[in-house]
Amino acid sequence: MLKEIRPAMVLVVVLTVITGLIYPLAMTGIAGAIFPSQAQGSLIKKDGKIVGSALIGQAFTSDRYFHGRPSATTGPDPKDPSKSISVPYNAANSGGSNLGPTSKALADRLKEDAAKLKSENPNAALPVDLVTTSASGLDPDISPEAALFQVPRVAKARNLPESRVRALVESETRGRWLGLLGEPRVNVLKLNLALDGSKS
Amino acid sequence: MTLIGWIEIALYCAIIVALTPIVGGYMTRVFNGERTFLWPVLRPVERLIYRVSGVDETAEQHWLTYTVAMLLFHLGGFAILYAVLRLQDVLPFNPAGQGAVAPDLAFNTAISFITNTNWQNYGGESTLSDLAQMLGLTPQNFLSAATGIALAVALIRGFARTSTKTVGNFWTDVTRCTLYILLPACVVFTLFLVWQGIPQTLGPYINATTLEGAKQTIAVGPVASQVAIKMLGTNGGGFFNANAAHPFENPTALSNFVQMLSIFVLGAALTNVFGRMVGNQKQGWAILAAMGVLFLAGVAFCYWAEAHGTATLNALGITGGNMEGKEIRFGIVGSALFAVITTAASCGAVNAMHDSFTALGGMIPLINIELGEIVIGGVGAGLYGMLLFVILTVFVAGLMVGRTPEYVGKKIEAREVKMAMLAILILPLMILGWTAIAVVYPPAAAAMNNAGPHGFSEVLYAYSSMTGNNGSAFAGLGGNTVFYNVSGAVAMFVGRFWMIVPAMAIAGALAQKKMVAASAGTFPTTGGLFVGLLVGIILIVGGLTFFPALALGPIVEHLAMQAGQLF
Repeated sequence: MLKEIRPAMVLVVVLTVITGLIYPLAMTGIAGAIFPSQAQGSLIKKDGKIVGSALIGQAFTSDRYFHGRPSATTGPDPKDPSKSISVPYNAANSGGSNLGPTSKALADRLKEDAAKLKSENPNAALPVDLVTTSASGLDPDISPEAALFQVPRVAKARNLPESRVRALVESETRGRWLGLLGEPRVNVLKLNLALDGSKS
Repeated sequence: MTLIGWIEIALYCAIIVALTPIVGGYMTRVFNGERTFLWPVLRPVERLIYRVSGVDETAEQHWLTYTVAMLLFHLGGFAILYAVLRLQDVLPFNPAGQGAVAPDLAFNTAISFITNTNWQNYGGESTLSDLAQMLGLTPQNFLSAATGIALAVALIRGFARTSTKTVGNFWTDVTRCTLYILLPACVVFTLFLVWQGIPQTLGPYINATTLEGAKQTIAVGPVASQVAIKMLGTNGGGFFNANAAHPFENPTALSNFVQMLSIFVLGAALTNVFGRMVGNQKQGWAILAAMGVLFLAGVAFCYWAEAHGTATLNALGITGGNMEGKEIRFGIVGSALFAVITTAASCGAVNAMHDSFTALGGMIPLINIELGEIVIGGVGAGLYGMLLFVILTVFVAGLMVGRTPEYVGKKIEAREVKMAMLAILILPLMILGWTAIAVVYPPAAAAMNNAGPHGFSEVLYAYSSMTGNNGSAFAGLGGNTVFYNVSGAVAMFVGRFWMIVPAMAIAGALAQKKMVAASAGTFPTTGGLFVGLLVGIILIVGGLTFFPALALGPIVEHLAMQAGQLF
């Protein structure tokens, strides 16, 4: 069995180099050449500046913009870096709320958010994704229902007819892949960019 | 639940069944050392590796030598990974300037990755450098997977061979698996994933200025190359903290579907390798059928529970299912299906937060792990885990009729049954033992994120996942403490190797036996009766062992939720 020691030590190094250096570095080169935009993170630029990634949600709070889902991500407290505070859509520290179905904290949050949203649009049914946090805290999408729910607020804040805003939502709605996989969705950042781009 | 959801589930199962004989045929040729279409390119590389490492590819090993070689190989892998984690602050490819990983966390992480668990007490983007991800974690993603498959093949050889003391050669098995199966598949898979939107870059984190003028730092890295092997090798350790829920790790519904396929494809194919090597593919299909029954039951139950929502949501009149901790692009069905797949296999990648599942929906992943991840299972580990239950099943069937049990022509005797029981009993010892300690040890109990029975479920899930080498979590549990890092490492190590050594002992014992010709008294192991008996044995063993613990966690939580009680 002593003769197994040399293969154990050498083979582990050889295979580590192949799978840990050659493979990822080669893939970085090839992928960067074939799919340069995706390999860099699907970044969106506006006037030469990076405004975000098409795949990563961002925190919208203004009435003039469509809002994404609540986000449970955290980040260090600027006053005391040893503590962490709520930093929605922190794309350097992804994560969910991890609150369970019998959590009082979750129930209180749901009730509070639901009441707030109900007062904004009392007529429509409240879509579940507007009150629940996503798994990553970075969900770039909302359901079409969640976008339509916000149309009256956005239209009012921008002084636009609701039909115009609704038409934008519909043009930014993406269906299931081949009508089969996933769920219909609206990318919030792209919708808001389209909103900024549309003349009033 | 929707029709389209069920169609997605049916399509998934159909593709796995269709791929099983194709991939199984290819894998059989690779492990038999036969010529495959990749030979012209890779055979010279393989020979060079053997020459450098001093491997004689024609030498066969005794089961004990095979096992010792495997253990030595892991020792080397552990040393490299631990060193890279501890030294990442002074090594290159560290654009985000991450500091060295703390000793207990590095120890836990190194054990986690060599055992194919990939439990994450670290948050990828906030803890690890690009080099630690590439040179540290990625190789162990490959090698722990290749090891699992190699061990399963060695056990299969035990069944297939007669009157010999050897079960193959660990070095050639692990090299061939890496070179001919995992690497080529990962090259193609990586490109697909980048096309779908997963980053693959060594550049620094992105600084964006959002439409509202805020600053957003976006973590990127060589993600796709690691995600490819993370899924195919049923590893499950995410590049990011949120794992496959992160849009950069799983950007689209299509990437989600293909990632789910990649979790099962090799494990399912191994049942076919088994059938081919023992000379009757029906034996493989029977095992896959038993796995399929348990899988579909889990999917249906979990999908139903999640689509049904929670009492709190229903009380507010909000429909659409339980979307807390789930992503829009996957929806309820894509999340529930993923959760069942990742725990049926020992993958442990998550695309939704299991901690926020409904009590009953979250119980399914827990049950999957506690049954031993034998529904497809981890690559290799699932098959040898399942074969241990097969041995138990034919033993019970033999007791019923008073005959020495046989399986694929081999007599199953006292030694095999004792070894199988030894391996099966390790799960409850580690899972229930550590959970019991953690819930009465105040610093460990303080790490729970939820109060009440859900907090207990978090701890139970943690030790189930680590012992079962799964790696998924009820992630609210603050596991990065010395207690969890060390006890978890023990659970992962014992859960992996205490299973492997008895399985290899069985392989060695079986290889020495003669073939027994099938007679009228032989219990047929290719029909519905056998499949039903196997499923029954698995459920009885799992149920007797874990029902009390489940009753204290998810079951009582469900009843509390129905009664409107919050914690």
